[in-house]
Amino acid sequence: MLGEGIVKGMVETARNFFGSYVSKDRLTTVQFPEERLPSIEATRDFPFLVYDGEDWQAGMRCVACQICEKECPPKCIYIEKSKDKKADAVGKPQFYPAVFNIDVSVCMSCQICVEVCPFEAIKMDNEFELSTDDRFEGLLWDKARLSKPNAHYQNIHPTDAAASDAILAEEKAKAEAKTKAAADPKSNATLASALQTASSTQ
Amino acid sequence: MMEAAIEELTVRDAAGKGEDALLELSLGPHHPSTHGVFRMDVVLDGERVMRLKPVFGYLHRNHEKIAEGASYLASMPYTDRLDYIGSLTNNWAYALAVEKLAGIEVPERAEYIRVITAELTRLQNHASTIGFLTQEMGASGSPLMYSFREREKILDLFEALTGSRMMCNYMRFGGCRVDLPVGWMDQARKVVAEFPRFLDEFERLLTGNEILLARTQGVGVLSGELAIQGGVTGPILRASGVNYDIRKVDRYGIYERFDFKVPLGEHGDVYDRYMVRVLEMRESLKILNQALRDIPAGPIMDAKTKIRGFRPKAGEAYGRIESAKGELGFFLISDGTGNPYRYRVRPPSLINLTVLEDMCIGSSVADTIVTFGTIDIVLGEVDR
Repeated sequence: MLGEGIVKGMVETARNFFGSYVSKDRLTTVQFPEERLPSIEATRDFPFLVYDGEDWQAGMRCVACQICEKECPPKCIYIEKSKDKKADAVGKPQFYPAVFNIDVSVCMSCQICVEVCPFEAIKMDNEFELSTDDRFEGLLWDKARLSKPNAHYQNIHPTDAAASDAILAEEKAKAEAKTKAAADPKSNATLASALQTASSTQ
Repeated sequence: MMEAAIEELTVRDAAGKGEDALLELSLGPHHPSTHGVFRMDVVLDGERVMRLKPVFGYLHRNHEKIAEGASYLASMPYTDRLDYIGSLTNNWAYALAVEKLAGIEVPERAEYIRVITAELTRLQNHASTIGFLTQEMGASGSPLMYSFREREKILDLFEALTGSRMMCNYMRFGGCRVDLPVGWMDQARKVVAEFPRFLDEFERLLTGNEILLARTQGVGVLSGELAIQGGVTGPILRASGVNYDIRKVDRYGIYERFDFKVPLGEHGDVYDRYMVRVLEMRESLKILNQALRDIPAGPIMDAKTKIRGFRPKAGEAYGRIESAKGELGFFLISDGTGNPYRYRVRPPSLINLTVLEDMCIGSSVADTIVTFGTIDIVLGEVDR
């Protein structure tokens, strides 16, 4: 009979329409700014720099090795290495980034910087309400804007943060054992071995 | 061709037969049903399409040249942005080409994860394609919203696994970036178990609908011979009755382990292309059920492959997969350095687009839009 298919189709539309009042499966939209879905743990958007302790400048893990700058596909990271050195978490003197800028208008959230970083220093954030009316300065984030404590990382990505903390604890224990065993400062060798363990665990 | 038409137009005008004149019309680049910034130059005789010229390149991003200057890994996130509906299949095709080039083995668990993600990609791609298709026929609303509702569930799975809904950047040379998170398998099984209900509803809504039949049957016919000559692949080729599915022909990955059929059309019209996609979704569900049942434990990355400083030996390789749109291939030439010497994408969307004129000549403008919709192109992949 002509029109039978249309009637059958309208029954489906009606089923979905009336079903949306009773079934959660058929009404999946939420009223966004007021209602929010729970965030998914793996969600990523822009990178941030992790620091340990209270002071972001003293506790910054980044040693300005510039690997992420080199590997970044759209080249949105700009780093200038410091002239002097500061002590890192293990107590070893290290360079630090004098300038660390990320142009988030260029960043495409691919997280390759996170994958290549041997120092667990750069991680992905999940903050997404970032609109600004300043399209140049407002989207060029410097290291003060990028730095966030390790507690924040543990909060947003608990599983990854636990793994990252375990790697760092292992390295710290290794470094301490080494300094105890050999009093002479073979800082280059320890750095190389730390690099190796970091890349092999990835 | 276009010049000839315009000439004809002026000649006719000069002869004083204005009412017979051909009309040249530019459809696009911002017509909402053009799937992106795409333009069609059509020459019309009344309502009938006499000639059609696709014009594209508005979304060109120099992907291939950028890849030649970047490391192998750095091109991976750019492949997400080719066919942005199915980024995981793009990842797989590129990873496959590099793995062939460098002779990398992929662990079994990673192969299963690749199959699962690729078939989920196919599901959501076909669901949204059919949704868009009905919108192009004037059914604005319900079918598209229903298919997007289902697509959203699959995107949630992608986000939980890869961290991103569309730009997944998930596969790596020799495996996958992260393992399945806790609870992902149960969630995936739930989505796969619920999907047939959506398909049944969708088919009751559309397959027997008289309006859809009137608008699609016998429209935009593509013969099997012409499809083969044009290099067309994917659901369009199979709707024309040619049995060619790279999952069956090449058996890349672990597809030989799964039991599934390749649905074929008979007439090569818009309706067959619609039906082939619906049936392919059902076959994808079969593959997903088998893969989710059989997935083994184990590593997800080849232990010998380095993430950073990856340098394959000199040589060349072509890796291809059956993406949701057709044969997606990557051709790479390595000169032994860290960047590819040549990087070439064989995009299914672009090559399927070349037969558009042959399918549309003689049909009305409204049918042209519908025919164009069934090619299922994404301009990110056409223009690169």
